[in-house]
Amino acid sequence: MQLAVKPWTPHLPVLDRVTPVDEVGVEERVARFGTRSIKKDAKIHALKLALSMIDLTTLEGQDTPGKVRQLCQKAMHLHDAVPDLPHVAAVCVYPTMVKVARQALAGHDDIKVASVATAFPSGMAPLSVKLEDVRAAVAEGADEVDMVISRGAFLAGEYQRVFDEIVAVKDACGQAHLKVILETGELGTLDRVRRASVLAINAGADFIKTSTGKIQPAATLPVTLVMLLAIRDHYYATGRRVGMKPAGGISKSKLAIQYLVMLRETLGEGWLTPELFRFGASSLANDLLMQIVKQRTGVYQSADYFSKD
Amino acid sequence: MSRPDVKLQFETAWKYAPAPESTDHVRIDPQYELFIGGEFVAPRKREYFDTINPARAVTLARVAKADEGDVDRAVAAARTAYTRIWSKLRPAERGKYLYRIARALQERAREFAAIESLDGGKPIRESRDVDVPLAAAHFFYYAGWADKLEYAFPGRRAVALGVAGQIIPWNFPLLMAAWKIAPALACGNTVVLKPAETTPLTALKLAELMRDIDLPPGVVNIVTGAAETGAAIVAHPDVDKIAFTGSTEVGRLIQRKLAGTKKHYTLELGGKAANIIFADAALDQAVEGIVNAIFFNQGHVCCAGSRLLVQESVADEVIARLKDRMETLIIGDPLDKNTDIGAINSAAQLERIEDYLRIGQSEGADFYQSSASLPEKGYWCRPTLFTGVSQSNRIVKEEIFGPVLTIQTFRTLQEAVEKANNTPYGLSGGVWTDKGAKIFKMTRNIRAGVIWANTFNKFDPTAPFGGYKESGMGREGGLHGLAAYVELR
Repeated sequence: MQLAVKPWTPHLPVLDRVTPVDEVGVEERVARFGTRSIKKDAKIHALKLALSMIDLTTLEGQDTPGKVRQLCQKAMHLHDAVPDLPHVAAVCVYPTMVKVARQALAGHDDIKVASVATAFPSGMAPLSVKLEDVRAAVAEGADEVDMVISRGAFLAGEYQRVFDEIVAVKDACGQAHLKVILETGELGTLDRVRRASVLAINAGADFIKTSTGKIQPAATLPVTLVMLLAIRDHYYATGRRVGMKPAGGISKSKLAIQYLVMLRETLGEGWLTPELFRFGASSLANDLLMQIVKQRTGVYQSADYFSKD
Repeated sequence: MSRPDVKLQFETAWKYAPAPESTDHVRIDPQYELFIGGEFVAPRKREYFDTINPARAVTLARVAKADEGDVDRAVAAARTAYTRIWSKLRPAERGKYLYRIARALQERAREFAAIESLDGGKPIRESRDVDVPLAAAHFFYYAGWADKLEYAFPGRRAVALGVAGQIIPWNFPLLMAAWKIAPALACGNTVVLKPAETTPLTALKLAELMRDIDLPPGVVNIVTGAAETGAAIVAHPDVDKIAFTGSTEVGRLIQRKLAGTKKHYTLELGGKAANIIFADAALDQAVEGIVNAIFFNQGHVCCAGSRLLVQESVADEVIARLKDRMETLIIGDPLDKNTDIGAINSAAQLERIEDYLRIGQSEGADFYQSSASLPEKGYWCRPTLFTGVSQSNRIVKEEIFGPVLTIQTFRTLQEAVEKANNTPYGLSGGVWTDKGAKIFKMTRNIRAGVIWANTFNKFDPTAPFGGYKESGMGREGGLHGLAAYVELR
């Protein structure tokens, strides 16, 4: 019998009823993913998939239009010496650089422009300022907005406030996709990570994201696993697919492949796409390229053969 | 609650390529003899049997079949080694030999792991990460006790028993050999060990290792064969102690034979453990625990969590998550590093498991298997669930020794305890809850030798292991394991 299903609408769930997380168990599960041996064709497939999922990122106070243009050039031409390479999913910049990126990527609609907003990275600004930040980024042409939650409010137990903020930001995003950064390095426990994930997902996040990259630890496999499990629960409850973006600290191919193994064995085929999984990273792309060249030629090339943009 | 039209899809475009463990470093001889008095000697009747690779159903080697006379030779060699050498050696020297065995095992870990998987069908991930390291750990642990027995038993004098006859099963061939040999030697006994007839190779490699590290001849003797060989060891008048791990059925036979003799004995027998999941547990990690409890080593584990008891309010959710998880379990070539579930140990065991699958279905239970495709040759069984069962079902009462889980629900803690204890077995159990007090309440009330809380199938040489009721007598591992090999004066 097919049950009638109400369309999903944002609502704050009862976070005390969120499934508890056993940290030891999560670490054991993650260790199992690490033992998967990915070789030959499977490895090339994974390396290319990882490349296509990268949000090529520069989030420095010293960013210049020139640097952002270089980044966009890299996004479009990862390593032309190798044919049949995918391009990255997006470039990720500050709101003031959105316009530059948009222009540099003209004609490449398949590479998205993502912008951090909401007083990134701390989120320590009044809501009105955060919303203005979002609107500005969207007005400049951002396809995707990476917001930060108010960790202080979340840790203080003011869940409704955090929830309302996300709903308001989502509204300000309009057509732009919303990624909600939990900054898991400041949440302290995996139980809080799961609750924050449930909160963000139910407030309307299109993606949930681990970190700003400005706080250590940034993305880790255990944290990402817990977030993937929250995404799975929401999918089973509503049929809605929420995306996942681990960001920060993923610079090596081996680790990226471990993330993909975890994704494959937790959410399966439906999420093995840049539509629903991204790596927030800057130096990962070159390591993936180096490994792809190694798989093709049998030898490692010097890092100097890969452009550092 | 979940929408019926929503399902995760684990059949993916991205497939893992084969990642077979290399076997270039593995040497398996075409024929193996008996290891008696430090040498490999042919059986008197020149009879041999085949040992099979269950993943391909092909013969790996021919192995000597020991008869009563061969066992008699082995016991005599052990007795001579005991009276002339081992009992006179300074305890610290015994410890040195054990340390050497442990180190040599680590050095040859890759070869032992590959042979364990070839001969027994278990995935290389397990033989590499569990069986071989744990076997070495047992030798290291008991090596340390060899010259400290007066601290293990303060105020008493611990005296070796003499010659120990040891009979081990096919599910953890090398690890069980280590469990048996290490404490026996540490306490000053000598050993006649019989590995199971379907998995003799790692014990024979261990014999080579004992020879290579110059263990005095006769201290460890390995005789291969089937039930008659084991019976000859049990019946031999010059054996002082019998240590047996295996089925409750055979355990009963042994106990009957030993009644009225002076022989000491320990028996580690079957199990039908309850794995109990409360609604407040960390459910995703509990699901992982269910997988480790019943699908580890194809369910060929005496302490497997083969009866799942899950609290009613979360039962549907747990079962749905478990079914998803089962779709990601990779079944196939035991030597592939990505294999999660290997081959069933033998044709006979597969037949036994398949009998139970038929019994379960004819009893009216709901039957579920993962959709994994199985290799064409060899002995295989998909991970299996039975729901809609009760305490009276045979599949709930009897040990299946395969990747077959029965699932029942409960409402109250008392009901869970009652169901957990309502079995003639009492080897192990599992409790999953976020509440510490509940863990202690459960562990106090469940009659089982080992109870894991928020984990399952964790082993350590320092922890005693053994059963209540028909799961056996005596303990192995830890200090308790020493006590089984000494007489206290």
